[in-house]
Amino acid sequence: MKKLIASIIAGAALATAGISAASAGTLEDVKAKGFVQCGVNPSLIGFGIADEKGEWSGLDVSFCRAVASAIFGDPTKVKFSPLNAKERFTALQSGEVDLLSRNTTWTMSRDSSLGLMFVGVNYYDGQGFMVRKSLGVSSALELSGAKVCTQTGTTTELNLADYFRSHNMPYEVVAFEKNEEVLQAYEAGRCDAYTTDASGLYAERLKLTNPDDHMILPEIISKEPLGPAVRQGDDKWFTVVKWTLFALINAEELGLTKANIDEKKTSDNPEIKRFVGVEGDFGTGIGLTNDWAYNVIKGVGNYGEIFDANVGPSTKLGIARGLNNLWSKGGIQYAPPIR
Amino acid sequence: MAAGDIGARSFGGRAAAFINNPAVRGLVFQIAFVVALVWFAWDIADNTARNLQRANIAAGYGFLDRTAGFGIVQKLVDYTEASSYGRALLVGLLNTLLVAGLGILIATILGFIIGVARLSSNWLISRIATAYIEILRNIPLLLQLFFWYFAVLRSVPGMREKWTFLGIFHINIGGLHVPRPVFADGAGTVGIALIVGIIAALLVGRWGRKRQEATGQAPPAGWIGAALIVGLPLVAFFALGRPISFDVPVFNDQGPILRRGFQAGSGMTVIPEFFGLLLALSLYTAAYIAETVRAGISAVGKGQSEAAHSLGLRNGQTLRYVVIPQAMRVIIPPLTNQYLNLTKNSSLAVAVAYPDLVSVGGTVLNQTGQAVEMVSIWMIFYLGLSLLTSLVMNIWNRRVALVER
Repeated sequence: MKKLIASIIAGAALATAGISAASAGTLEDVKAKGFVQCGVNPSLIGFGIADEKGEWSGLDVSFCRAVASAIFGDPTKVKFSPLNAKERFTALQSGEVDLLSRNTTWTMSRDSSLGLMFVGVNYYDGQGFMVRKSLGVSSALELSGAKVCTQTGTTTELNLADYFRSHNMPYEVVAFEKNEEVLQAYEAGRCDAYTTDASGLYAERLKLTNPDDHMILPEIISKEPLGPAVRQGDDKWFTVVKWTLFALINAEELGLTKANIDEKKTSDNPEIKRFVGVEGDFGTGIGLTNDWAYNVIKGVGNYGEIFDANVGPSTKLGIARGLNNLWSKGGIQYAPPIR
Repeated sequence: MAAGDIGARSFGGRAAAFINNPAVRGLVFQIAFVVALVWFAWDIADNTARNLQRANIAAGYGFLDRTAGFGIVQKLVDYTEASSYGRALLVGLLNTLLVAGLGILIATILGFIIGVARLSSNWLISRIATAYIEILRNIPLLLQLFFWYFAVLRSVPGMREKWTFLGIFHINIGGLHVPRPVFADGAGTVGIALIVGIIAALLVGRWGRKRQEATGQAPPAGWIGAALIVGLPLVAFFALGRPISFDVPVFNDQGPILRRGFQAGSGMTVIPEFFGLLLALSLYTAAYIAETVRAGISAVGKGQSEAAHSLGLRNGQTLRYVVIPQAMRVIIPPLTNQYLNLTKNSSLAVAVAYPDLVSVGGTVLNQTGQAVEMVSIWMIFYLGLSLLTSLVMNIWNRRVALVER
């Protein structure tokens, strides 16, 4: 109900206030108010979650901090808006948040009819299934007749239906409003399988009483390129957010880390010189200072560091880089050059 | 010129009288208010449309014809993933109506029993009723909903096991599995026989009352009516060669684990989400209805029941023929409120995965992104349903209202 009210209020704000934020220039607005308002997931380990002290962490949260670093040179100049799946787009459309960084799948309909612009992909994901090991199932293709629990208001319901229909398998979907209830119902045995983005499955599995009794099936049934999004019609802001993402990826490729960026500032490598702003006027070209990319890495580290710290093999989630590795290392993360 | 002056002054006098006329003033202000209201509504609608267009957000209700593509676990009408969004919303709407309708029925019956019990002279009964009312009214409905849903889930056998009652009712975590009636040719006639039986029983009941009023003797109209309701369809059923058969749920306890349990497509399943929601809504609302009933009964003067007792009526008769009919006048208006509350509270369904209008609409909203349209559909539906409930209750209220002569 709270969400419904929130989305109605956001809708009403949209109806009466108009898209004033977009027309005034988001970058100027953000600079004037002194912080970035960032829409994030409130309860997904590794992507967006607040600890008991109210300290936010996660891959998507770090991206918000990266944008704040690029603009202000200070990763703490962010305010977070916890958003659920249903209210996230309205929050961005209505100007309630400046940036949506909430494990959101980039799809054509979201570009074409929601007035969003995805700046790129900060995590290549795909929808998977978690089942009990005792079920004796080793492939999603054996799930014929299964009862599947999921969260409502996401693309997962549609992918699920497409997958089972295309393989001629009967199924039953039980869709809850919140992750917490999906997990409880799955744990109580209401469903044979739990489906959501694979990254989410790893995170949710940790919350089960006996995580080792459950396994994630190898099939990935959909493409879920997750990325940050901004409103359409504000190219300047779009460019700033887009190049912040590219800076994170380029830094990893150039070997620039949070620890070594200061000493690399004096590097002779022309690519690094351009990156840290010693050469060229790239920062001022997008309305920032020339050391914007240096600030990003100084503030949050490069893409690989963020990945490893939040979801990588050494964390509880233990997700391998896979597709999210650099293009030069067998993955598909690739950013246009700064030059 | 003097004549002109007088004319102008008298015209001014007439105009002042016209403006100062309370009826005219009232009319002018009312028209002005309506114009302002219409302008305000139009401005909001127009502003919304323009803002949506400026933000490149698609608008309009055209999406209702597009393919939905997602599954729904409980459907009262035919629905597949290939059906349209409009159809999906219809499925959600019917699910809302089902749980609200049944919830109202159960809450009313339970509420009346508890309300009367609270006034009982039996100490234990009245205290139990009081405890029930105080506990259920003072815990938020959402918590009760989670409690009942997960209590239901955790207390029944898992998917590959079952409890069986009376040979045909099977319960496990997948829900209540019962035989599904299959209607062959001639089943319609049996249905007509049932309707004829009900109408005949009502007529017999009326005849019985008339006869009692005329002669003082009460014929066994109840028994005759029951015989008609059960007998007529039974006769039709056998005469037509048993056109209704039952599809029994198939339970498999062999083979791979996933294939065990009740087989999809056999029998009929009532999902646990439905039970959880129905239980929570009706138990919660029953507590409020009980208080309404108690207030209504207390509002009937003590002299009424004393008079009834002195006429020789027993306790039950006093309640049925003297107290309750008068109490209904007090009970019905707040009862309407409780019915409206129950219907609106059914939108909590989404929390426990019951596919009501809000839940299905939420999925539609997310897939299409048509937030304004979807929210307007929700509002129109709940408003319409509430107005309809109020209308029915107001008609009933008028029928039981005191007729003054």
